[in-house]
Amino acid sequence: MKKTSRRDFLKLAGATGAGLLACGAGSALANEGLQVNNEELGMLYDATKCVGCKACMSACKRVNHDYGSLSYEKAKFDEDGLWDAPSDLSGSTRTLIKLFKESEQRWSYVKYSCMHCQKPSCVSVCPVSAMTKEKVSGIVDYNKNTCIGCRYCQIACPYNIPKFQWEKAVPQIVKCDLCKATNLREKGISACAEVCPAGAIKFGKRKELLEEAHQRLKDAPDKYVQHVYGEHEGGGTNHLYLASMPFNKLGLPEIKPEAPAEFSEKIQHTIYKGFIAPVALYSTLCFIAVKNMKKHDSHDDDHKKGDK
Amino acid sequence: MGHSEEYKKLEGKIFTKSFYILLSVVLLGFYFVGVRYVKGIGAVSNMSDGYPWGIWITYDVATGTAIACGGYAVAILVYIRNRMQYHPMIRSAILTSMFGYGLAGFSVMVDLGRPWNAYNFFIPSKWQANSAMFEVALCVMAYSTVLILEFLPAILTSIEQSKWERMNAIRNWLHPRFAPDKKTMEDKLEMVRLGALWLKPRLNKVLIFFIVLGITLPTMHQSSLGSLLLIASTKLHPLWHTGFLPLLFLLNCIFIGYSIAILESIISSYSFKRPFEIEELSGLAGLIPFVTVIWLSVVIGDLAHRNQIAAALKGDFYSGWFMTEFLLVAGGSLILFVKKCRRSARWLFISASMIVLGGALYRFNVYLIGFNPGQGWRYFPSFAEVMITVGIVALEILGYKVFVALFPVLPNMDLHGAHKKKGHAKKHKGEQAKQVPQSEATAH
Repeated sequence: MKKTSRRDFLKLAGATGAGLLACGAGSALANEGLQVNNEELGMLYDATKCVGCKACMSACKRVNHDYGSLSYEKAKFDEDGLWDAPSDLSGSTRTLIKLFKESEQRWSYVKYSCMHCQKPSCVSVCPVSAMTKEKVSGIVDYNKNTCIGCRYCQIACPYNIPKFQWEKAVPQIVKCDLCKATNLREKGISACAEVCPAGAIKFGKRKELLEEAHQRLKDAPDKYVQHVYGEHEGGGTNHLYLASMPFNKLGLPEIKPEAPAEFSEKIQHTIYKGFIAPVALYSTLCFIAVKNMKKHDSHDDDHKKGDK
Repeated sequence: MGHSEEYKKLEGKIFTKSFYILLSVVLLGFYFVGVRYVKGIGAVSNMSDGYPWGIWITYDVATGTAIACGGYAVAILVYIRNRMQYHPMIRSAILTSMFGYGLAGFSVMVDLGRPWNAYNFFIPSKWQANSAMFEVALCVMAYSTVLILEFLPAILTSIEQSKWERMNAIRNWLHPRFAPDKKTMEDKLEMVRLGALWLKPRLNKVLIFFIVLGITLPTMHQSSLGSLLLIASTKLHPLWHTGFLPLLFLLNCIFIGYSIAILESIISSYSFKRPFEIEELSGLAGLIPFVTVIWLSVVIGDLAHRNQIAAALKGDFYSGWFMTEFLLVAGGSLILFVKKCRRSARWLFISASMIVLGGALYRFNVYLIGFNPGQGWRYFPSFAEVMITVGIVALEILGYKVFVALFPVLPNMDLHGAHKKKGHAKKHKGEQAKQVPQSEATAH
């Protein structure tokens, strides 16, 4: 009697599971959709205004040195370490100015730092919520006290922004947090934007930055490539760019308007909606396996009786 | 239902020449692990900010767990498809899976930059269900636990029948001042034995639910291993970046699992100089083409759907690797379609090797070869990095060797003359491992 009831229960569980699975698959198709929030904080970098003085780099390192675990990087020719000379973003450097020179007439500076995406891939993939996006400011922040150091954020970021401290026994991820705990808290502006002598970095809300960028494009159409990089790239970023050279030449990748995290989450959510599919799978398999075991057991018993 | 007499211990010495060779490889690997913890990951590996995942993730985790899917594939066959004739294979398959997964977990701990924070996986407020990595981590941890539970009957049987010869030997070897009193020790050991006796029937009753969990969990995390790379839409080459990654990874691990089971059996029959169990192997081999054909059609259909067929045939670096992977799997499956080949150990070996290689290459293609973070980044593993992986694999083989000698794992050939002995024979090469008939007095 007991056995039949368990069997019935499993049958029921399997059937409900399968039913729920079908419902789940249907409703998961409804897209969550990405809402762009233009009230978030960001920066507009205008490569045509940048003079390449690197004041932003030195300010960033000065302000975030301790908090962000940054350090000075020696150049090969400079054995005494007189200059801080990083060659790329790294576990010691959050922001960097580079020069791209095609010819004597055609060149451009470019500044690298976190793009503070509207839908950040690094936040989407971090398994322990060490990467977070602040609700109001939109700052993509990193918490080393939760980070397990799996470096999935580095795999996921299409701009290759998060950097890892490969040379340290106690490493962490290093990336721009808009001076959230340092300059922004004290002065209400990121250090790089504060010190820029050429007005190449404008700090503010995304809405204002976009208006400003489109105004500049309109005012000097010949000077710029007619595109605000970051307006739509990967679902939109809060760090925006204007430049006179094609952006991919400046090392900014071409990215479709759909956020990569939207794509992956859609698939992950379809499979794991409400954890229904795994439960359905488990109960169905249990049903089959228990049935098979029973058959086998009774067969075994017959066999043994026969032997006796 | 006691299956204990179905399996037996491998008679023979543990401390052989191959044991010491493996041990030295393990020690070398662990020396570099030590260097990694003192000087940082950069000191031993060539990983960079462009290639933050090297062979530790690609081989040990993504490929190693697929190769360790023998336990999963055989469990599906036995418990879901109800082919009980394969039951004798299952314990050694589970043991290999246990070591495969355990050591994948170990290499993750080497690979993680801040492993001391890993406890955050158990803190609900830190959970991040959007992350495929979160899913993989929890599933792999759960599955490793399930594998240990599935293997527990072997250990319990062993404890039940133990005369504690080794323990007594150790006691006698110890200085009398340190050695525990003989009587108390025997009493305590008897209690352990009774505990095992008590636990075993209770475990056996619920074991099937853990076994089914052991089928559900790999289904989840093997597909999620594919989902991991879904987000790298700008970095992973379009030949491999597709929404079908989870499905492809799932099918991939199933056909790798069956092929590995065939390979292991053929190698062990060969080195133990016993007849090949063609009947069962060909049955197993007959299943593989069904899975690979689905896999291959999904690959082709998806490429056609995304207009990437031309890229696949282009003949450049990426297309070359893609074609190699594709042809290895397709070629191996074609051989298995021929009935004559399915009944020849040589052809079975060739085709299973091709399928395992092709399937593993697929995972390498997704995680490393097809992954391009942008201009200026290069990755090729360093010597120390490779040695850590090799050391971990050596530890896996070493553990397997010790376990099959200590616990009843391998099929009892006296009882199951028709059944194949599925052991990691390559690991016993050069060893005079003889099977002495042993009348096992199991507690009935």
